[in-house]
Amino acid sequence: MTETSSELIVFENVSKFYGEILGVNRVSLEVPAGITSLVGPNGAGKTTLMNLMCGLLRPTRGEVTVLGIPTDQPERLFRKVGYCSQFDSFPRGLTGREFISAFLMVSGYPRREADELTEAALNRVELLPAADRKIGAYSKGMRQRVRLAQSIAHQPSVLILDEPLNGLDPMVRAETIALFKQLAADGLHLIISSHILHEVDMMSDRVVLLNNGYVVAEGEIQGVRDDMDIEHPVQVLIRCNRPAALAAQMFGKTEVIEARLHDDRQGLFVKTRNPDQFYLSLNEVVAQGEISVESIAPVDDDLSAVYDYLIGAQ
Amino acid sequence: MSSTAETIQKKTEATNGANVSLWLRQISAILRLELKKNFFGKRSLLVYLLAMMPIGLLIMVETINPLGRETAQLPTVFSIFYNSLILRTVVFFGCAWIFMNLFRGEIVDRSLHYYFLSSVRREVLVTGKYVSGLLTSVILFSTVTVVCMLIVFFSHFYSSSTRFFFDGPGFSQLFWYVAITILACVGYGAFFLVVGLFVRNPIIPALMLYGWEWINFLLPPLLKKISVIHYLNSLVPVPVSEGPFAVVAEPTPAWISIPGLLIVTALVLILAGTRIHRMEIRYGSD
Repeated sequence: MTETSSELIVFENVSKFYGEILGVNRVSLEVPAGITSLVGPNGAGKTTLMNLMCGLLRPTRGEVTVLGIPTDQPERLFRKVGYCSQFDSFPRGLTGREFISAFLMVSGYPRREADELTEAALNRVELLPAADRKIGAYSKGMRQRVRLAQSIAHQPSVLILDEPLNGLDPMVRAETIALFKQLAADGLHLIISSHILHEVDMMSDRVVLLNNGYVVAEGEIQGVRDDMDIEHPVQVLIRCNRPAALAAQMFGKTEVIEARLHDDRQGLFVKTRNPDQFYLSLNEVVAQGEISVESIAPVDDDLSAVYDYLIGAQ
Repeated sequence: MSSTAETIQKKTEATNGANVSLWLRQISAILRLELKKNFFGKRSLLVYLLAMMPIGLLIMVETINPLGRETAQLPTVFSIFYNSLILRTVVFFGCAWIFMNLFRGEIVDRSLHYYFLSSVRREVLVTGKYVSGLLTSVILFSTVTVVCMLIVFFSHFYSSSTRFFFDGPGFSQLFWYVAITILACVGYGAFFLVVGLFVRNPIIPALMLYGWEWINFLLPPLLKKISVIHYLNSLVPVPVSEGPFAVVAEPTPAWISIPGLLIVTALVLILAGTRIHRMEIRYGSD
């Protein structure tokens, strides 16, 4: 069945320039329900595309509509759209619960309803125990989760997530991916930006590849990642309390091809050609309780090579 | 998403019919957030210091050397004090700080996008923020005006001051000083709100307006009318001489100056609404 524009996110020949600097150029896209990942190196235009979808930016040329709603009508748009941005900042002095509830009320929800939705959203991201603490005292992962909770609190039909897994520990990362899959199964549009191709593969129905402000490819990339794994190992930086001990454990794993301490001795770089197995192994190590992982983040070193590979394969 | 979501959306769409009630609810939610920030945020410290300045100064002066030697002088003494320190300095810079930070402060803190990502018309957001700034400034500076007048009158001449207030024009003068303070907050507030929206460094336009307001007494009558202070001075209950170099102009009657100020304020707020409707979030370039 063909989907109408009221069921799609539509970019019609959209360009965005910051003065003379190109953000995105001549983007024409139709995004259906399900999980769509925007993939590209830093500066490719992923965040620009997301900000255009939310009306935080206005296109220099072209038009963007989300489920048939123009993006310059926030009062209609954000009944249906939730956006978890990358800006790691919050209004001062609020607890997690106050933050979510306050902005639901700004959207017009009566207090009781706002409180109920806040409770449900906090529960969904497993942040209820810390709900009444000031956000200023949250860890990076908790701040990421409270932003996620805020974006899903009003139960939107379209969820836009800019690097939503950054800063999350392995367990929460896996749970969050499961949450995204569940939301997509419920019929939501999920637009997720990421430069962790392994995670993109795990959760996406389709992928939009961006480079230098242009869409270089879109569609399913199932299978491509497997090929890339052979030639392009994934590198991950793990911040933890005992990186040397973690390195010792990781050396023994067959899927790990390199483990190297960070210069500040508070992190560990790990290269792997089998990310699925690596994350499972890491979970096992963390579950033993001797090492406390603060964050896991992809390292960008190999990304341009990956893109050369992908673009070359067109 | 789920049946709950559909229910919420249906409810919300139903509420859309009653837009005014929705907007009022949204403005009240914005007020709650903003008033908390305005009164208890770190940035409010400067406004409190500014507001305490005339009170502290008066207490000090009245302790050492009273401003007036007899009750008859006190209305003039307070008028000079009010005009030069409270209105032109405390209310002016207080409003500049409060209203400019409504948007500029959030751009600096990188938290404005949460408002922009809410299901609220941006014009409603401007209104909510403006009203919050207005409430804050009116509460603070009206209190300062009242306390200062009471200190000037009651610190040394209790019985004659009591007569001045209860049997004379005291309360009427107090009413007009508070009214002028409120109108100053209304007018300066709208100006500074817009400046905070348009200009990356709002200090320069604030100082330019400050200079313009101070040299107002030297300007020809026509130019005098392009200022806020001219209309406020027209309402002062005890007019005072502006010095030998002042260009004398007819004061504008209250029935023109008050609605005039309110109309100009409304136009400035419409300009703010237009600006914010097209505003982008690009913290990097701010």
